[in-house]
Amino acid sequence: MLEGTAGSLLFAQAGSMALTEEILWALLRVIVVILFVLVFVPPVIWWERRLLGWMQDRIGPNRAGPFGLLQPIADGIKLFFKEDITPSKIDRFVYFTAPAIALLPAFVLGATVPWGPNRLLTPVADVDIGVLWILAISSLGVYGVTLGGWAGNNKYSLLGGLRSSAQMISYELAMGVAIYSVALPTGSLRLTDMVSRQHDPLWGVVEWAQNWFVFTPYGFVACVIFLICMVAETNRAPFDLPEAESELVAGFHTEYSSMKFAVFFMGEYAVMAVFGGIFTTLFLGGWSPLPLNWDHLASSADASGMGWLAATLAFIGSSKIAGLWFLAKIVGILTFYIWLRATLPRLRYDQLMNLGWKALLPIAALNFVIVAIWMLYGWIAFFGSAAVVTLAYFYVVVLILKPRASAKRSELKLVDVRPDTAKTIEIG
Amino acid sequence: MNPYLPIVLLLAVAGLVCTAMVTLSWVLGPKKVTPYKQAPYECGVAPIGNARERFPVKFYLVAMMFILFDVEVVFLWSWMAVFKDWVEAGSPAAAYSFWGVMVYMALWFLGDAYVIRSGALEWEESKTLAPEKLGPVRPSDTEEIALEPDLARGA
Repeated sequence: MLEGTAGSLLFAQAGSMALTEEILWALLRVIVVILFVLVFVPPVIWWERRLLGWMQDRIGPNRAGPFGLLQPIADGIKLFFKEDITPSKIDRFVYFTAPAIALLPAFVLGATVPWGPNRLLTPVADVDIGVLWILAISSLGVYGVTLGGWAGNNKYSLLGGLRSSAQMISYELAMGVAIYSVALPTGSLRLTDMVSRQHDPLWGVVEWAQNWFVFTPYGFVACVIFLICMVAETNRAPFDLPEAESELVAGFHTEYSSMKFAVFFMGEYAVMAVFGGIFTTLFLGGWSPLPLNWDHLASSADASGMGWLAATLAFIGSSKIAGLWFLAKIVGILTFYIWLRATLPRLRYDQLMNLGWKALLPIAALNFVIVAIWMLYGWIAFFGSAAVVTLAYFYVVVLILKPRASAKRSELKLVDVRPDTAKTIEIG
Repeated sequence: MNPYLPIVLLLAVAGLVCTAMVTLSWVLGPKKVTPYKQAPYECGVAPIGNARERFPVKFYLVAMMFILFDVEVVFLWSWMAVFKDWVEAGSPAAAYSFWGVMVYMALWFLGDAYVIRSGALEWEESKTLAPEKLGPVRPSDTEEIALEPDLARGA
């Protein structure tokens, strides 16, 4: 997997690399990851604004540069030269470090993600705890938001920070358990292993297709859960409660201005993009363009005498353009994010918590149990246990654990807190 | 080369970039300090009191549950890495460990059910909230919270 084209072109003896060369390559990969975040965020912001404009039947930014492409750059330059207002009642140290802490995970999160099969795009560190690294670093994102919310000494930002921390840790849990369901059949926590496992024949039998986890029944469930948690982790609509404009002004970054605000903003978009890469790696077969076994197709085309087709197919599946396919998938996932934002209204806080703890977390855990049953006892046990577990889940959650909060709306009472005229008021 | 060395490298470079971005605007932007700009933003109204107030203990409860469940979840990662090998090797350890994990997960589900059943995740307003339990009410609060007469009649 490591002997890519870039490496073999530059170094004839790729097998016996000197230590300095290795460090040089590591540095190059680090720069690629950092540049990816820095260069990729402005076009994403442009794409979001244009696409949202189109979805809401308006034009969107179209003045700066062709199609308004330079708008994010102009915004960035403007933000650098804006006044950096520092409120008087803040906790200065925390106030200044919080944006940096919020942005840091965005850069570091991608350390174990394989962007492509060649030496330049291979993970910065292809360690055997790849998945754990991602979970650990994405948890760190909570700190930036919570500290930022607390430091501003503003009621809105405090509430935003608190909400955000509770939301992120709730969904973090379901996300980790969802990854179980694909880590178990891979038998490894290394992300490159996960990708190569997905390049096997589909369901172990279909030779011409690839076994992307999204096409397996357990992987599909895990994929949906991971997708929802991913949106919640990045505080995006419909889970953007931490910065709910209609109630909390701007949430945790109410007191931030100038580039410090932009750093929070950038961190959000960068994490979105990197999570797109993680999702691609875990469920969408990594850098492979379509779920087709390109080598197999090329050899069968070659066998039937169509050399040009074989060459084309081999080129599509080759490592030369693998990075581009990976990027295309990330753009697709980001488009999905934006589409979600244009379509869905924001959740209420109790709905958010119910979804996380009563639906996503137990379903992810049950899914993982079923995967283990399948690995040990085969497909028949898999479908049998899946049916039993689905019924049991609905029985337990819907009937036994029926939330008391879903009592009839008319039964809810609002209490007047004035001690002199304490009485209850019927609503609805 | 130690495989974790590039991560340290990445951390260092990322830390530099983050620090640079936060300090640059501090250096580049103008500074015209006025008392109004420095006040906490409360939608244009003069700020009331301090933001370091009490907040619902529910948030602490969620954090505590996260710690508990996350620790339970972390224990299973090591099993992820070996279970497939055991199954493919036909080792008896596969079935043993599988049933061990099933017992563990049964307890885990019991914990989740308990959390849900005990109402730890209910965020609706308490229906048993009595004025006595709210503690001393500040005089300014009684002025502000006064309800409209129409609303008090339940219209």
